[in-house]
Amino acid sequence: MLDTIKEFASEFFVTGDPMILGAQVSIALALVAIVFVLTFFKKWKWLWTEWLTTVDHKKIGIMYIICSILMLFRGGVDALLMRIQLAAPQVEFLHADHYNAIFTTHGVIMILFMAMPLMFGLFNIVVPLQIGARDVAFPFLNSLSFWLFFAGAMLFNVSFVIGGSPDAGWLAYPPLSELSGSPGLGQDFYIWGIQISGIGSLASGINFVVTILKMRAPGMKLMQMPMFSWSVLSSSITIMFAFPILTVTLFLLFLDRYLGAHFFTVDGGGNPMMYLNLIWMWGHPEVYIVILPAFGIFSEVVATFSKKKIFGYKSMVFALMSISFFSFFTWAHHFFTMGSGANVNAFFAVTTMIIAIPTGVKVFNWLFTMYRGKLSFPTPMLWAVAFIPCFVVGGMTGVMLSVAPADFQFHNSYFLIAHFHQVLIGGVVFGYFAGLYYWWPKMFGFKLHEGLGKWAFWFWNIGFYVCFMPQYALGLMGMTRRFNEYNFDMGWQPLNVVSTVGAFLMGIAFLFQVWQIAHSIRFLKMDKSGDNWGQGRTLEWSIPSPAPHYNFARTPQVVGQDDWWETKQRQERGEADPAHVAAAKTAPLEPIHMPKNSGIPIIMSGFWFLAGFGFVWDWKWMIVLGLGGVIVTMLARSFNYNDDYYVTVEEIERTEAAAAKGAN
Amino acid sequence: MAQAHSNAHGHGKHDHGHHDLESLKQFGFWLFMITDVILFSTLFATFIVLRDNTAGGPIGTDLIEMNGIIISTFILLTSSFTSGLALLSMNKGDKKGLILWLAVSALLGLSFIYLEVNEFIHLVHEGAAISTSAFWSAFYTLVGTHGLHVSVGIVWMTAIIIQIAKRGITPVTKRKVNIISLYWHFLDAVWIFVFSIVYLMEVM
Repeated sequence: MLDTIKEFASEFFVTGDPMILGAQVSIALALVAIVFVLTFFKKWKWLWTEWLTTVDHKKIGIMYIICSILMLFRGGVDALLMRIQLAAPQVEFLHADHYNAIFTTHGVIMILFMAMPLMFGLFNIVVPLQIGARDVAFPFLNSLSFWLFFAGAMLFNVSFVIGGSPDAGWLAYPPLSELSGSPGLGQDFYIWGIQISGIGSLASGINFVVTILKMRAPGMKLMQMPMFSWSVLSSSITIMFAFPILTVTLFLLFLDRYLGAHFFTVDGGGNPMMYLNLIWMWGHPEVYIVILPAFGIFSEVVATFSKKKIFGYKSMVFALMSISFFSFFTWAHHFFTMGSGANVNAFFAVTTMIIAIPTGVKVFNWLFTMYRGKLSFPTPMLWAVAFIPCFVVGGMTGVMLSVAPADFQFHNSYFLIAHFHQVLIGGVVFGYFAGLYYWWPKMFGFKLHEGLGKWAFWFWNIGFYVCFMPQYALGLMGMTRRFNEYNFDMGWQPLNVVSTVGAFLMGIAFLFQVWQIAHSIRFLKMDKSGDNWGQGRTLEWSIPSPAPHYNFARTPQVVGQDDWWETKQRQERGEADPAHVAAAKTAPLEPIHMPKNSGIPIIMSGFWFLAGFGFVWDWKWMIVLGLGGVIVTMLARSFNYNDDYYVTVEEIERTEAAAAKGAN
Repeated sequence: MAQAHSNAHGHGKHDHGHHDLESLKQFGFWLFMITDVILFSTLFATFIVLRDNTAGGPIGTDLIEMNGIIISTFILLTSSFTSGLALLSMNKGDKKGLILWLAVSALLGLSFIYLEVNEFIHLVHEGAAISTSAFWSAFYTLVGTHGLHVSVGIVWMTAIIIQIAKRGITPVTKRKVNIISLYWHFLDAVWIFVFSIVYLMEVM
């Protein structure tokens, strides 16, 4: 009996690596600590009713952001481990297998479990407030999206202590990712982790398209919508068209591994290059999915802290939409070396270069918005300003890579690594940080400490350049990606050491941010007035911070672009609001129709997790239990007609009065 | 009228938002169908790329029996027609007719699935399994994904029938019937493509 348990445990848990053992112990301790704290302070019920079952977009957004910061930590630790290895390859700090696992999980986590949830977090918190809506179009589905993401992320992350990490690269190219190349369980964790969270992402995409098209406050025309909401619309449409391809691709890979199908195998008529085409048909739009909202954030931040309307509104919208359109026609530039022939490569080289045009338009628009504006530089604006040169360099090296003949040299070298980290860190991460600092007071009612934020900012920026500029040079010197060792006589070590120093500077920057958050909570200065930056332009700044759970006590009537700014301007000039706006502001309060909390999303996602876990281990009973549970919870949802309630006028009056008191 | 709905009406004049909510869900479902179109397109593309890769194994012409396929095609087309009749009954306020035609559609769907499963079993016995070659992998995946969609539709339709029996025709159940019938017609359209691209082009 004891022996069978032992045998099972040695197969079930990853064993034999002291670092992983340390991680296992610390995970177990952290879990015990969380359970203890929740039980000791009797917080289980609170956690369940206030957070786990919530359908409130603001709380769901906060949960997304917490998860993504945790994932940023894990992905960052992965990065630092790799950098240590590369600075001293002779020491063999990470052996080859471990290194493979780490660069794979680093990539997947940073894109799918850090950038995506941070993005959805900001979508959730900002979009309904910005367009004057009570919630997203489908609050229940929104909660389900979050929990599916969470289940997928947990399934993926658990692989590193249970069963074994995936180690076939972040996009898992076959034949390496086939059963023949990766017989372990890691690749199955990869498939199911991403598949489950991908369904959630797809649902979110649909949810936000409907929200933006159908739920805008009366009077807000599409072409008067805040730029961030436009970017969310373009990104969500891209999600709708790209994510089904990912679902199919992963499903086919699963069939290859689980049922012995021959989609991407080398034998049986399979075609591994098919996988590359399919995965990049999703993968390339995916990078635009995460960058477009960052563009939207910069547009808001730059306009706010320049005290000017965004320059070239229509061209901004046109640029967003054309980027999301062209993003579907560039996928083959990821494998110019595949040998598709000159014509195919020429087509994809040209479409890739075309994307630089709308992007350039946006950069000029931001610069012209700042030109002759009344500039101020709090932390969100700092990130926006740092983004511009960084992204321009990253974009230009991208154009260099798009030159197909030259790409035969750059392909899979550190030049490429430096390029995509520059656009992803300099673009996406800087952008989401700008958004996080900018909307933080809207989420919590207090600003983050500016001084510590500046320290974090400078460490991030200097660290970034120190880390990645040497990698461009290393790439040109011939260093290729995904090797844990190189020979001393290659002459790569000095630059690698510099790069590692830069990575640690960014690690320190992250610590500053953690300190900043802790410090700002410790010395809390609440400011519930709503317009926390004093110069907000869009509707979210017109209501208290944090927003009441029903958002707007009275549905706002919108007159034009930057409506809240225009309203304040009218007040300053002593002008009256247009009659219908004034009437709406003083109309008697009415009960507000709201969705009820629901435990179904978290339970259904739990069953998805079980099903995924069962497929990974091929435990039939668990698969049946998981999928059966999914069906039962779906039916439970379908048969539940009691899913809404009304917020009474008295409660609205109480909440509004309390918020007004907090503001003074 | 359903209790839930009359509850909502208890609040009086503020309730005009309820109908908007239903049309919102219908719009959301249209968007979902766009994503489903992409899903099937990807599978069709995969099938077309791999259709000649039989790796020396059996080919479609040898094993597929068109008679059965033509019968199931007619069954599915008829079920689309009967789900249209269900909609007509609903708009006339005829609860019994609605339930009857939905049940007929679900049963026709069930017989379609029965025939499909039989076809698959037959093919496997003839030596063409999903692991035989890339062609058969793509074949089973494409046809099977459509079959899975139909099966989900049957369970869903049954759930809606029960809800109508319990609650009658309300704005909420009306929206649900509208959506399931959209879904049902959509699967029919997908089947037309499966029939043409997989069966006709392969066998004829």
